[in-house]
Amino acid sequence: MSKDILKIAGLELESRILIGSGKFSNNALIPKIIEASGAQTITVAVRRFDFDNPNENILSYITKGINIMPNTSGARNSQEAVTIARLAREALKTDLIKIEIINDNKYLLPDNYETARACETLAKDGFKVFPYMNADLPSARDMQNAGAAAIMPLGAPIGTNKGLQTKAMIKILIEEIDLPIIVDAGLGKPSDACQSMEMGCAAIMANTAISSSENPILMAEAFKDAVNAGRKGFLAKLGTISNKAQASSPLTNFLRN
Amino acid sequence: MSFYDYKQQYKNIDFEKFAKTVCAEQIKTILNKDEISEFDFLALLSPAALDFIEPMAQKAADIALKHFGKAIVLFAPLYASNFCINNCAYCGFSTRNDIERKILNLDEVEENAKIVSGFGIRHILLLTGESAVKTSMDYLKSCVKILKRYFDAVDIEIYPLTEDGYKELGEAGVEGLTVFQETYNEDLYKILHTKGAKANYRFRLETCERAGRAGYRNLNIGALLGLDDFSRELFFTGIHAKFLQKNFPSSDIGVSFPRIRKAEGGYQPRTVIADSNLVQAIAAIRLFVHRIGITISTRENNDLRRNLIGLGITKMSAASNTQVGGYAKKGNTKGQFEISDSASVKEVKDMIYQKNYQPVLKDWMQMNGR
Repeated sequence: MSKDILKIAGLELESRILIGSGKFSNNALIPKIIEASGAQTITVAVRRFDFDNPNENILSYITKGINIMPNTSGARNSQEAVTIARLAREALKTDLIKIEIINDNKYLLPDNYETARACETLAKDGFKVFPYMNADLPSARDMQNAGAAAIMPLGAPIGTNKGLQTKAMIKILIEEIDLPIIVDAGLGKPSDACQSMEMGCAAIMANTAISSSENPILMAEAFKDAVNAGRKGFLAKLGTISNKAQASSPLTNFLRN
Repeated sequence: MSFYDYKQQYKNIDFEKFAKTVCAEQIKTILNKDEISEFDFLALLSPAALDFIEPMAQKAADIALKHFGKAIVLFAPLYASNFCINNCAYCGFSTRNDIERKILNLDEVEENAKIVSGFGIRHILLLTGESAVKTSMDYLKSCVKILKRYFDAVDIEIYPLTEDGYKELGEAGVEGLTVFQETYNEDLYKILHTKGAKANYRFRLETCERAGRAGYRNLNIGALLGLDDFSRELFFTGIHAKFLQKNFPSSDIGVSFPRIRKAEGGYQPRTVIADSNLVQAIAAIRLFVHRIGITISTRENNDLRRNLIGLGITKMSAASNTQVGGYAKKGNTKGQFEISDSASVKEVKDMIYQKNYQPVLKDWMQMNGR
């Protein structure tokens, strides 16, 4: 089998797992998580860039050669997201940006309308835009038309570890949207990641499931295995599932007589 | 509907009687729920719940971990003035106290800002007493502009303003507000605050709503624990937090649990809040509001702060000095209250690391003027 490469935003990735960085007990864990998960891409909140305190600066801990995808955590509307994206580009010289626009600090659900607007502005400005969104087809189409590089629907509210609650909607996105679909937020177990990949998601993003585990490194490895298994299952094309045994008295045999 | 009107639905609760009805079985049932009602919350604040303090703490820590991870944001307070027109019986800045009054001039604000930012602190809380004459809007704006040059986030804990006042300071760069109601008990409040602008209970109670409408990102509330009955104060703190979260979804809601500290004037608290009650408060509010910031200041001693880290604290002050201009000149005025934890920023960071948590100095970014 030839190498299974995810081509996205000018990157060629062998790993189909993206990891978050904001919830670990110690930044020193980050290189170990990167290694165990095999991730080649890590997201970092621009609000946490801290060049004055190198020991507390997440950026000091990211393994060389790993793609850093800044996110706009804290943005409440498209204008703030655009501002934060530009700060990120200035600081890191990267065009990658994950848009997070959240107006609801209880459930942390993204604002699709503002996100689509930010996609439009940032894509025009040359950014490779990865919008975090509520799994919804019309909004995903808006983001696609606005020039997004991928679509990142949530599986469940962020931080809940509740798994693929939006499965039916994500299936629709996979079918109808021509961009890679990366499930973000809510995946609580390796099996959730596996299921996402079997369905045809291009990649998954995990953060809380790994960081809130008692053994984050082992959990990162479990996610890697699950993503690989799910991806292979998808590539091998799953057999159809039948709810019934084959009928012993076929109803249409008479047509052949 | 404002919170003042909203809270009227709870005015007839007999807190003492309610507490007596709470039994162990009830607490066990509550601890099995994902979402708890306001009366479940009140039950968790009862003496009966203290027998379940460990499972409460475990559950609270688990919820906090999912929402906030293992990160604790550090900040420091900067006292710019102790001029005050109020006579709060428990406060060192009260007009009753014959203390040296001081207001920092702008050079001194800058001098102190430089020192605090030199500690590595990126989040600052600007505090003043209540005096619209001495610490006028123009003065506050000038302070904020200076602080924005040294810090990424400037919050305020000053006298309550109108919505327009908050907007004006917001334009200067303020994004968060801390205001303690002191006591939610309106009758007691009127006894404790007989004079000055603070005598207006309702105006103070609705402060966060005005700041929320002005677009503030962080709204931090609290009752000064020790003034009134513990469960009653905590109950209304929780109800208030939920009300703000629902009505201002784009603001982060935070809570502090300040226990009365010894201050000039020698006020004796009505009730002493034990450490176990503080833990109970932290756990109960987490089970009730889930996504809520919890701040523990240097009012609490180093040992206790260390032990509270794992319970879901999200913010801690460090290297605090509650004297006006105290970072630059030690010991020249009386502080608002006596601090208990005088550890340096490095010591606080080390303490957090030792508890297997991560200190975060910077959790915001300058966006103004871009």
